[in-house]
Amino acid sequence: MKVYIAQRLGIAVLTLFGMSVVIFALLRLAPGDIVDVLFSAAGYVNPSEKQAILKELGLDKPYWRQYLDWMAQIFTGDMGKSYRYDLPAWQIIKPLVPVTIELAILSTIVSIVLGVPTGIVSAVRQDSSLDYVMRIISLAGLSMPSFWLGMVIILSLVSWLAWIPPLTYVSPRENLWLHSIQFLLPALAVGYRSSALIMRITRSAMLEVLREDYIRTAWAKGQRERAVVWRHALKNAVLPVVTVIGIEFAFLIGGLVVTETVFNLPGVARFLVEAILWRDYPVVQNLVMFIAIVVILSNLAVDLLYGVLDPRVRYAS
Amino acid sequence: MAVTPAGVELAAPAAVGRQAPWTTTALRFVRKKPLGAAGGAIMLVMFLTAAFADVLQSHDPIATEAASTLARPSDAHWLGTDHLGRDIYSRIVHGARVSLIVGLGSTLLGSVLGGIIGLLSGYAGGKIDLVSQRVMDILQGLPLLVLALVMSASLGPSVPNVIVAISIPIVPRAARVIRASVLSIREMQYIEAARALGLRHLRVAFRHVLPNTIGPFIVLCTAQLGAAILTEAALSFLGLGVPEPYPSWGRMLSVSAAEYAQKAPHLVLFPGVAISLAVFGSNLFGDALRDTLDPRLRGA
Repeated sequence: MKVYIAQRLGIAVLTLFGMSVVIFALLRLAPGDIVDVLFSAAGYVNPSEKQAILKELGLDKPYWRQYLDWMAQIFTGDMGKSYRYDLPAWQIIKPLVPVTIELAILSTIVSIVLGVPTGIVSAVRQDSSLDYVMRIISLAGLSMPSFWLGMVIILSLVSWLAWIPPLTYVSPRENLWLHSIQFLLPALAVGYRSSALIMRITRSAMLEVLREDYIRTAWAKGQRERAVVWRHALKNAVLPVVTVIGIEFAFLIGGLVVTETVFNLPGVARFLVEAILWRDYPVVQNLVMFIAIVVILSNLAVDLLYGVLDPRVRYAS
Repeated sequence: MAVTPAGVELAAPAAVGRQAPWTTTALRFVRKKPLGAAGGAIMLVMFLTAAFADVLQSHDPIATEAASTLARPSDAHWLGTDHLGRDIYSRIVHGARVSLIVGLGSTLLGSVLGGIIGLLSGYAGGKIDLVSQRVMDILQGLPLLVLALVMSASLGPSVPNVIVAISIPIVPRAARVIRASVLSIREMQYIEAARALGLRHLRVAFRHVLPNTIGPFIVLCTAQLGAAILTEAALSFLGLGVPEPYPSWGRMLSVSAAEYAQKAPHLVLFPGVAISLAVFGSNLFGDALRDTLDPRLRGA
């Protein structure tokens, strides 16, 4: 198991390094540099002023130097300075992190609670009308933009219950009840979409497992359906499901970008959009890197969980 | 759904010379996969809407009308008007064009790029394969929307740039699918025969391996189309997608969203329904196509 963990950690570090290069390159491959973009809005600027700004931002240095500077920043925990706020970026990002993490975890819980049981039932009752209905509902979840679903949720609350959900952030200490509702609504909108994927994978994994010999044996022994499905089959079907939940976590953060905007929650994802709109590139670069780190950590967690769930995985390596 | 012998037969005509007339194939598809056919019908309607938007429109989609802003759906404006008095129905009809152009464009660009990478890395194997797979891992690690967001922000808002921005996250997904099918094709005897005839590697890869990956390729494209349309909607919603004056479904939601939603819920409702229907159709169709063309990919 130790070798396995070390291996996974090594891959994670390598991937992170690669991601930093990709992010760095993507932001620089684009035609024109940051200063051009900043100044195209302002109109005419004299060249010496432009040079001064380039120098201040360190953009006059060669690319490899800029990259190394950035890495040095990340390792020292200094995330650069925000152009827009003229403050250290980390100071702005720090209070936003818990909001996004809370939302991401809540959405994941929603997606698992909705996705896994429906997937199992759908597989056990394959090709029944219940199966068809659930598959259509899940496919609909994959088709609706989560931000639109969020808007529809708000709208229906307003028009049917005549109640407007809080449109500014309520901290849990202020009002725990309002806070929970405020987070649960977007979590539902985002989680529904993810649950659709989880449901599909659970269903197909269960279908495969349910045809195995040992399941037939379990039936033949006269086991109850509940025991066969939930004790015998699910245990072996859960592996691909765990993978999808891990991958979904990355997609989820993508979904949060828009959903945080719709629900006006002060999270990392909404701030990323703002930073992009304001061309606050140091913040963009670091935020995307931050998201990459979260994604890689969640993938790592899935890999390690694999090792725990399936002994074959840890011995094969 | 179980794979019926008929389902397998459906895939066969593409490879075998004697083909059943396409009407028979289509009819069989409708009978075996009613849901998929329904999805196909939705897609067809969307294609036709996009192609004949100028005929189908009831008003100029860009013309503003100060006298009737935020009008409810009525005979004059079937789906109502927005805050500038623009006709929602006509804007949705034209939005289909934008959605399809961006959706198809980015799907094709991403799939072709990814397909070539997958083909070369699967065929070459060894170090090239290892390196390109790691690079694809890295690209795939970033959330699709975040990657598209960064891309479109650094490229600037325009239709071609949005297409490029959305295509990049599709590349690793395409590369993976095509590589997997190349790996099995590579070991076939006719490839060995082609090599034995003295054909060059590139020629074998593009002339003999590539045509046989067309099944997974089509499946991949239909699967990605829905995601591409959704991403375009999200980007436009955030103001980083298709620029004015093109009517885009995503942007119709953003302008109207916060301020006017309560007064005029139809502003939020109809464009969202259009997006959902389009993606729903392509998902249904894609699923059925996957079941028929490539049963191995089920559940993937």
